[in-house]
Amino acid sequence: MSLIKQDDRITVDTFLEGIWRENPVFVMMLGMCPVLAVTNSAINALAMGLATAFVLVASSLLVSLFRNLIPSEVRIATYIVIISTFVTIVDYTMQALSQEVYNALGAFIQLIVVNCIILGRAEACASRNKPLKSMVNAAGMGLGFTLALLCLGVVREILGSGSLFGLPLFSEQFQPWVVMVLPPGGFLVLGGWLLFFEWLKTRKQYA
Amino acid sequence: MATDSLTFIFFNAFLANNFVLAMFLGLCPFLGVSGKLNTAVPMGLATSFVMLVSSVCAYFLNEVLVAFNIEYLRLISYIVVIASAVQLVEMTLKKLSPALFRSLGIYLPLITTNCAILGLALFQTFKEYNFMQSLAYALGAGAGFILALLLMAGLRERLDLAKLPSVTQGAALSLILGGLLSLAFMGFAGLGAE
Repeated sequence: MSLIKQDDRITVDTFLEGIWRENPVFVMMLGMCPVLAVTNSAINALAMGLATAFVLVASSLLVSLFRNLIPSEVRIATYIVIISTFVTIVDYTMQALSQEVYNALGAFIQLIVVNCIILGRAEACASRNKPLKSMVNAAGMGLGFTLALLCLGVVREILGSGSLFGLPLFSEQFQPWVVMVLPPGGFLVLGGWLLFFEWLKTRKQYA
Repeated sequence: MATDSLTFIFFNAFLANNFVLAMFLGLCPFLGVSGKLNTAVPMGLATSFVMLVSSVCAYFLNEVLVAFNIEYLRLISYIVVIASAVQLVEMTLKKLSPALFRSLGIYLPLITTNCAILGLALFQTFKEYNFMQSLAYALGAGAGFILALLLMAGLRERLDLAKLPSVTQGAALSLILGGLLSLAFMGFAGLGAE
């Protein structure tokens, strides 16, 4: 993980870095548990991605505002408490907005606390940058995470249930690959995406 | 078998609903430390121990939270308990076996952010297990975690010797291996998964 330099300029790269070059899922392999667990449909993937992005941006702001007040010995504990406060907020909000999505995501909303992307951002970016810059960077990371979750969710929903965002795509004859919405499908689809990106990379090298 | 008997809870967490391969908890160490058998075993044991300690603490903590009607503090207090349990393991290991302590390196403090542990504490609360059931659940989850790590490490040690296409090296291969293991574990659902 590259540390962001001390300068205060906010460039396009501050935002884009999280989406492509340092994509938390496909490049850095962080926060894998929710990536595989809740992506059995596109709508769950989207809800989970947005919830994580919100916690990421909000906790980056708070960590960055308090960065000069937090003693470095207890910083991790402080970050965790800040993060879990926001996760509790998201947990209750989600429950109020849609009981159905809340039930589908289950404990994984609360498990955002231990998502390493958020702690990683707090440590590597928010604790040494101004609030606005940290927020821009966190928003990029959050968006990158959401996109990655959607990549998996869309593939798994199309193959596993023959629908997209709940709308059926195929005629009655379509035989869904049930395994894709079950746990093994998560591993296999993510493995497939990684193979695809690796293949793109090698092709670029030899072209 | 009754779904609340201790044996059922143990085997449910151990095989049928294996924490790593069926519920996707604790994937970071599963992918990160499973390269070699001789680091996978201590890592698995340390994690299981933390699971046991934090499960017991979480049980009593939840009783207190419910008694005072402050359940919204559950998440924060659980994570603090887990962080302290990890600290305890870290100090014990440093004292008893400095060599092992060094070989686990950064992964030891990272047990705090292992979702298997917080997940265990949260699930046992949702399922309203009593004290003995929580213990059985923690033991089963720990054993399941060790089993998954061992299987994965064994496979990866073998694959180091195999000739593979260059594209499949690294994480992609581990994930596909994980997928195959997970497929195999689906067979245990026949034991009667919850």
